[in-house]
Amino acid sequence: MADETKQDAPPVDTVLQTIASLPGVLSAHRERDELVAIANSHPAASLFKLLRDAHGFEQVMDICGVDYPERPKRFDVVYNLLSVTRNLRLRVVMQVAEGEEINSVSGVWPSAGWWERETWDLFGVRFKGLADHRRILTDYGFEGHPLRKDFPLTGYVEVHYDTERKTVVYDKVKLTQEFRNFDFLSPWEGMTTLPGDEKARGDRR
Amino acid sequence: MSDAATPVTRTVEFDSHTINFGPQHPAAHGVLRLILEMDGEVIERADPHIGLLHRGTEKLIEYKSYLQALPYFDRLDYVSPMGCEHAFALATEKLLGIEVPERAQWIRVMFAELTRVLNHLLAVAHFALDCGAITPGLWGYEEREELLTFYEAASGARFHANYFRPGGVAKDLPEGLTEEIAAWTERFPKFIDDLEKLLNGNRIWKQRVVDIGVISAEDALAWGFSGPSLRGSGVAWDLRRAQPYDKYAEVEFDVAVGKHGDCYDRYLVRMAEMRESVKIVKQCLAKMQPGPIKVQDYKIAPPKRADMKKSMEALIHHFKLYTEGYHVPAGSTYTAVEAPKGEFGVYLVSDGTNRPYRCKIRSTGFAHLQATEKLTKGHMLADMVAILGSLDIVFGEIDR
Repeated sequence: MADETKQDAPPVDTVLQTIASLPGVLSAHRERDELVAIANSHPAASLFKLLRDAHGFEQVMDICGVDYPERPKRFDVVYNLLSVTRNLRLRVVMQVAEGEEINSVSGVWPSAGWWERETWDLFGVRFKGLADHRRILTDYGFEGHPLRKDFPLTGYVEVHYDTERKTVVYDKVKLTQEFRNFDFLSPWEGMTTLPGDEKARGDRR
Repeated sequence: MSDAATPVTRTVEFDSHTINFGPQHPAAHGVLRLILEMDGEVIERADPHIGLLHRGTEKLIEYKSYLQALPYFDRLDYVSPMGCEHAFALATEKLLGIEVPERAQWIRVMFAELTRVLNHLLAVAHFALDCGAITPGLWGYEEREELLTFYEAASGARFHANYFRPGGVAKDLPEGLTEEIAAWTERFPKFIDDLEKLLNGNRIWKQRVVDIGVISAEDALAWGFSGPSLRGSGVAWDLRRAQPYDKYAEVEFDVAVGKHGDCYDRYLVRMAEMRESVKIVKQCLAKMQPGPIKVQDYKIAPPKRADMKKSMEALIHHFKLYTEGYHVPAGSTYTAVEAPKGEFGVYLVSDGTNRPYRCKIRSTGFAHLQATEKLTKGHMLADMVAILGSLDIVFGEIDR
C-alpha cells in the first residue's frame, strides 16, 4: 500500500539538510516536528518544480498569507506541501513586500490557482503568471484586502435591500454601538505599556 | 419542397451559450454559482463562483481568544462539525505543548468517527437525491437523527457541538450513552446493507454515476484532492493511518480504496468507510477507561464547578480563563486531520498572546470544487450534478 512507504524515508536530519541546500532556500529548520524552509521569493516557481519532481512533494495542500505590517517585507506567503509517497510535510515560507509580485506556482500544481487567488483577494499579494487573477471569496466589486491587519473587522461597507429602488444598495458601515475590542490581556503578562502611560511608548499594541 | 436534383444542405448552428447554475439551485449543495458555457447540452467550460457564504471566519478568529474561536469551527463544515473542531483543538494543543488525557483522546476518536458516519450519510443521501433517488435521502436523515441524539447527549447541542476543546473535551459522556452507542454499532451495519441493496446494483443509479467524472490518481494528487475523493482514484492515503493523531494509532481499520476514480467509486469508498467507522467506534468503546477528560492544568482547562464553590483559587482560574483566556507560546503549526471530506487543516500562528495572530483554515472542498472544470468538461449538464454530489462539497467550509 502506498502509505506504508514511510519506513524507507531517510532519517530526519538528512531531509532537513537536503531541503536547506536547495537553490532559493535561505534556511531550513524544524518547528516542533514540522519541517520549515525559509525561501527567497524570487525563483519561487523553479524551486517548487524541483520540490515536486525531485523530492516527491506531489501536493500543495494550502497557500496562504500572513500579515506583519511593522516589517519592511510585510507579508509571509506560506506554502504547505505534502508528499504522499514519502509521508512528509514541508512548509515553505517566503517574505514578500507590499506591491512585490511573486511567481505563481499554478503551473506546477493546478490546485495552486485558487489558493493564490485567495491570497491576492485577502492580502493583496500579486502572482506573476497566474492566468485567472480575479478575487475569489469577497463580493463582486469589493475593494481592499480584508485580512490585512489594518483592515477593520467591521469593514467599510454594508448592504441592505432597498424596497423602493428594488435593489440591493451599498452603504458605509454604520455601527449602532461603538466597536468594542475586548482586550483582556493581563497587565502583568501581556501588556507592554500601562494604562495612562501611553505617551511613554506611543501606541500600545 | 426541395428539388431532388440539388443536394440539400442544411446548416445547423449550435451556438454555445452560457447558463447560470445557482446560487439558488437545490442541487448546488448550498450557494454555488456556476457559470457554465454549454455547447448544446455538453459542458465546455465551468467557472465556479464561490464566496457567497463568506463570513470572514479567519478575520473574526483573530479577534477572539482561543476558546472563543472554537465554535466557529462547528459552523465551517456544518455537516461534520466535530471533524473541524478536531483540527483546531489539535493545532492549539501542539502550540501549547500539552498532552491530552487518554479518555479524552478515545472520546474524540469515537466522536470523530460518529461524525464521519454523520457526514457520509448526508453525502450519499444527497448524492442519490441529486440523481433522482428519493428514498436514500429519507432513510439517511432518519439515521442521522440518531447520531445527532448522541451529539446532543454528549455536548448539549445537535449541530454546533463546541465539544472538542484544546486540552480534551468539554465534559464527560453522560451515563448510559456508551451503552446506547454500543447498541447503535450493532444496529447500524444492517442499515448500510439496506442502503447498498438499494443503490449498488441499481441500474438507474449506475447509469448516472459509473464512468462519470473520472479523475486519475496523478490528476487527483495534482489538484490537491484528499479523503474519499482521492481514495476513489486508487491512492491509499489516509491521515488517520499515515500521520495518526489522538488514538488512531491504536485502532484497527482498513483504508477503502477505489479503482476507477469515477463518481461510483467515490460513492463506494464512502459506503465502505462507514463500515470501518463502526469498527473504530466499537474499539473505542472497548478500550475507553474512566479517567480525566481534560488536561488537569487549570491554566488551560476550567476547574470543576463544585471546586469553584469552595476554592478561591479555582474561582480565580475560572474567571481568568473565561476573560483573558490562556496565552499560547509564540510559533506556528500546520495541523491537519482526516475530516470526513478529506484533509482539513489549520495553519495557526501565535504571537504569544491570548489570541491567534493568524488562523488559516485549509478547507477540503475548496480544492475539490476547483477541479470542477477538469471533471465536468465534455460531460452533459445532468452529469455535472452527479459530479458535484460525488465530491461532497459544503459551502460553510469552502467560503469560510
